[in-house]
Order: sequence, then structure tokens, then C-alpha cells
Amino acid sequence: MTGGERSVRSGIRFDQVSVAYGGNTVLDRLDLTVEPGEVMALLGPSGSGKTTALRAVAGFVQPASGRVYLGDRDVTGLPPHKRGIGMVVQQYALFPHMRVQDNVAFGLKARKVAKDGIPERVAEALDMVGMAAYAKRYPRELSGGQQQRVAIARALAIRPGVLLLDEPLSALDAQLRSGMLAELARLHRELPDVSILYVTHDQVEALTLADRIAVMDKARLQDCGTPQDLYRRPRTEFTASFVGNANLLPVTVADGADTVDFAGRALDVPTGEVSRGATATLCVRPHLVGLGDGPNALNGTITEVQWRGSTHRLYVDIDGHRVKADLKELRETPALGDRVTLHFAAEDAVLLPAGAAEGAGGGTDG
Amino acid sequence: MASTAQPVAPGITATKKPHRSTGPSGTTPPRAPAREARRIPRFVWALPPVAVLALVFLYPLALVVQQSFSPDEGGTSIAPYGDVFASESFRSALTTTVWLAVGSTVGCLVLGFVLAMVIAFVPFPGGRAVAKFIDVFLSFPSFLITLALLFIYGNVGLANGVWTDLTGASKGPFDFLTTPWGVLLAEITYFTPFVMRPLLAAFSQLDSAQLEVASSLGARPARIVRQVILPEALPALAAGGSLVLVMCLNEFGIVLFTGAKGVTTLPMLVYSKAILESDYPAACVVAVVNIAISVGLYSLYRMVSRRVGA
Repeated sequence: MTGGERSVRSGIRFDQVSVAYGGNTVLDRLDLTVEPGEVMALLGPSGSGKTTALRAVAGFVQPASGRVYLGDRDVTGLPPHKRGIGMVVQQYALFPHMRVQDNVAFGLKARKVAKDGIPERVAEALDMVGMAAYAKRYPRELSGGQQQRVAIARALAIRPGVLLLDEPLSALDAQLRSGMLAELARLHRELPDVSILYVTHDQVEALTLADRIAVMDKARLQDCGTPQDLYRRPRTEFTASFVGNANLLPVTVADGADTVDFAGRALDVPTGEVSRGATATLCVRPHLVGLGDGPNALNGTITEVQWRGSTHRLYVDIDGHRVKADLKELRETPALGDRVTLHFAAEDAVLLPAGAAEGAGGGTDG
Repeated sequence: MASTAQPVAPGITATKKPHRSTGPSGTTPPRAPAREARRIPRFVWALPPVAVLALVFLYPLALVVQQSFSPDEGGTSIAPYGDVFASESFRSALTTTVWLAVGSTVGCLVLGFVLAMVIAFVPFPGGRAVAKFIDVFLSFPSFLITLALLFIYGNVGLANGVWTDLTGASKGPFDFLTTPWGVLLAEITYFTPFVMRPLLAAFSQLDSAQLEVASSLGARPARIVRQVILPEALPALAAGGSLVLVMCLNEFGIVLFTGAKGVTTLPMLVYSKAILESDYPAACVVAVVNIAISVGLYSLYRMVSRRVGA
């Protein structure tokens, strides 16, 4: 629109980006591309390097090596205020002495948007998050959820090509969180050109919102793919357990077609490209495990029962291996020490070759 | 003299009261003190501290005020005020005091704000040690700074010594310590940490994410300082500034130690009137004016700080 906003461009590209504090590598050779208009979730536990990656895009940390691109422009050495990025952080970080409208106008004034255009853009941004009625309030007069909406409006007011969301819902309680999640999804539908980098440790947020998820652990990209892809066909043990909390069982691929050996039992599982005789990890989601006899039956002893309202979570010990099963609420609660049989369908299992535990993320983007 | 004996008596009996009342509580059953406390009205417990306070603090103050209305010729009149207010020495002392205090305060605020910002937001090795040192600095006596400045800028100080060694001149160029500028420099040096202390506390409360978000929104550092940091530091600046202003108005040691003959502030005037000229009524008048200014500024500070929500 205005001449001053030509720097706005969409899409992020990490090219072998490493960040180190002292001798400690907190981000190790990250290669990742966020397409224009795409929502990419950076998912991982704390200390996995996901926030560092976001801060490298914003310009708050300087990579030790590698380049960061916004669109086709190399921004690696550019100070934060020249990058034209919208950013929303966990604790809102609204300016406490400014009214809501002045908070939203801050970026417009800083970017020298023509004065007579500012009120309109502020109103537009506040409308977008449903906070127009609160323009004259101070941040301290708003609830946490309202403050976060204002923070989002403030970031969107400058019409950024890239929006960085750093754990934006972590400070909200569970009910508000799901409402805001739907809101963010709606905002993205209204702003289809904006690339969003969404840092979270919550797999539900990532699965709900993201077009693709980049799974991070120990400063490295572990896996990257669409939510369905990562959930149904995880490529690493870390992805399988962090996204969806899968059962991981050590197996050996047997000679027969699509058969593996687990603690002396033969199980029917598609072995794919894993070669015969090799050790591998069998991955089954807890909610795909059934109770009673069936294909791939496993006998074991119940070590723990958790009632979760609509489901029962059973922990079953099978020859020293713990298997989790999420079952539709049972009429009769099983007792500890009961012998039970579990089963799962062959097509619900994924076989991960040994060595897929770590660092397999190298060429997974795209 | 006879008048001093009167308050002493209630003071002594007052301080004895708690002993008397705590005495029986140790020897009687536990129920007794409760019954006793119900019989004695609450305000009685406030009497001892109030009496002590009145004796050691308010009474001498009252004597000063009383003396200021008692001219040497005897009787009670406002004549000493008329005399003092009419005198040139008082007017120039008042002017000197106010501009020195205001100048030092402005200097302390500017220097303190810049230094506190560097310590708080620019990470550098030893930053923590510097912040700690500021706490220690607050405990130094004020004349120590003046003494240190004498070693640097004094007639036979370091700076002049280097100059005379280099140029062979008989006198160095630094000769400002005995002028008001010397006092100003010493007061700014000494009182700046009093501004930095509350500022550093305020900056440690400031969410660094606010600064980051501001810069991501396109704000350069100057705009962030002006629009984000400064507004949030205002209560701390007001608190530190008014504290320094009051302390500068009453500063005695620094002015005395610089040996600046021409720099007469109100406290210096009190000193010279009382000790050198034995003119007690005049000294007390100046003292009362000094107290009035201090109390007035303090009330103003309370009002301002309540307004800004500190």
C-alpha cells in the first residue's frame, strides 16, 4: 500500500543456521523453508532450539553460521527493526502505559505510516481480533485472552509478510486456549499471504493449526511434514513419542514377508524397506491398541489403570516392555495384576529402522 | 533551661510504662494479660514512642522555630525574618542553593538514566559488579567524593600535575573546584547513584520482551528509549529525582569541603550565622526556611508519586 512497506515479504528460509551461546550449540545447522502463506509449527520440548530458531528470524540472536532469508532477501545481518516482522510472545508484552489503540498504533508510527491513515489501520486490526470496543482501555484493564488479542492486532497492524508466534497460548487457561486456537486459524484464512512460524511445545496446537510441523529436539530438526504425515508415518522415534505419545517396541525383522519378531512373538507388520534380520522399532498409537483377542495379540499384566472420563488408559507389562492402551471407557474397570490380551491391526503399525532415533531430519523439508 | 525539664519527666515515666505492664504478664496466669489489655485503651500503647519522638526530635525543632521568633533584643516578633529576608547574603544563598540543587538534580537524572540503562540493557562483563558497587557507593560519606575530586582537579591534584609536568607552566588549567561548578560536579558525582538505585530496580521489572516486540515492530533504539523505557521509568525518576533534590538542598559537607568561598548555600549560611557569628535568631530563620522548602518538596513528591502510581 504505502511506499515504506515494500520490505514486507512472505516466506522464511533457514540455510544451515547454527546458533551457539558460549560453547553451547543451541541450534545446529537448521535447514527449513516456510512457504509464503504457510503455517509452520516448530514443535519440541524446552531446550530443543525452537525458540532460538524463531529469535534468529526476528533478529534477536545472531547465527554463528548460516543464513536467514525472508522471501528472497538475506536478512542475517539486519537489525530487528528493519525486518518488518510481526511478533507475538507468550506474556503479551503490551506497553502498559499505552491504551490499546496506542499499542496497536506503535508499529505504524515507528514505520512512519502516514498519520491520517493510522486510525483506520488501528481500527481494522482491532476489528480483526474482535477488540474494537476496547480501544480506549489500558492493558491492565483486560483479561489475559483479551491482552493476547491486542498483541496479535498490534503485530498484524503493520501488515507483516511473516508472523512469529512464540508460545502465544501458553499463558492462557485450557478453555481460552482452544477458543484462541480457532481464532488463529480463522485469522490465517483471512490473511492467506502471511507466513506464520508458530513455536509451541503443545502437540495439539501444532496438529490443529499447522500446515506442516517441524519437530525439534536437542538443537536439531528431527522431522518435518504435514500433521497427518507425522502422526501416521513418523520417521523417528522422537517424533513418534513426542507427537501422539506412541508405543515403541524393539523388534527384529524376521525372514517371512512382513513379519517381525518381538520378544519371541511373531507379529504381522508391513516391513517396507527395512532389511531382513535388522533390528527396528515398532510404533503403535495407544488409541489404536484394542483389548481382547485379535490380530497381533499380546498377553501381559496390567501395571496401572487410569480413568480419564471417556477413556481408560491401561499400562500393560509384556515381558518387561510397557505398552500403553487408550480404550473407550470400560464397563468393568480391570484390576491391577489382571492378565489381559491386547491386539492391533497390521496397518496401524509403523516400523522405524534402527538409527532413526536421532538426526534424521536433514533433508526432510519440501 | 527550666522548660527542658518538663518534657523529660513524662518521657521517663513513659518509657517505664511498658516495663511495668510486661512485668505481671510473666508471673500471672496466661489469661491475665488479655484482661489487662482490654482495660488499657489502645492509644496508651502509642504514648511511649510518641513521647520519645517528641522529646528527641520535635522538641528541638520547636526550639529552633521558637528561637527564630526571638530577636536578641528579647520578646517575640517576626523581626528576625524581616532582617534575614532583607539581607543580600540570604537572598544570594537561597538563589545559589536552589540553582545548585536543581542543576545537580537534572544532572543526576540525565547521567543516572543513561548509566542505569547501560548497566541494565547492555550486557557487558562486570556489569553485575558495577551494579553492586552502586549499592556500596550509597553508603559513602559525601565529603569523600569532594576529597577524591580534590586529588584529581585540585590545585596540586593529578590533572594539574600532569599539565604542569608536560608544559612546564607554573599553574594547571583546572581551577574550578572552588567555584559553584566544582560543587555541582561533586554533587552530581555523589548523588547520581541515588537516582540509579530506583531506576535499576524499575528496569529489572521491565519485561525485556516489550523491548524486543517494539524493535520487531520497526522502532529504532531511540524510539524504544523514548516511548517504552522512559514512560515506565518515570515513577523511579520522580522518586530518585525528588530524593536527590531534597538532599542537595540540605547538602553541607560537599560545599564545605570544596572550600568554595563564594558558594554560600542555606546550610552554609546557617553554619556561619550560628557558629561564626553567634547570630542564633538569624541562623534559626534560615534553618526554618530550609526545613519549609524540604517539607514542601517532600509533599510535592508524595503527590506526584501518587499521581503517577508509584
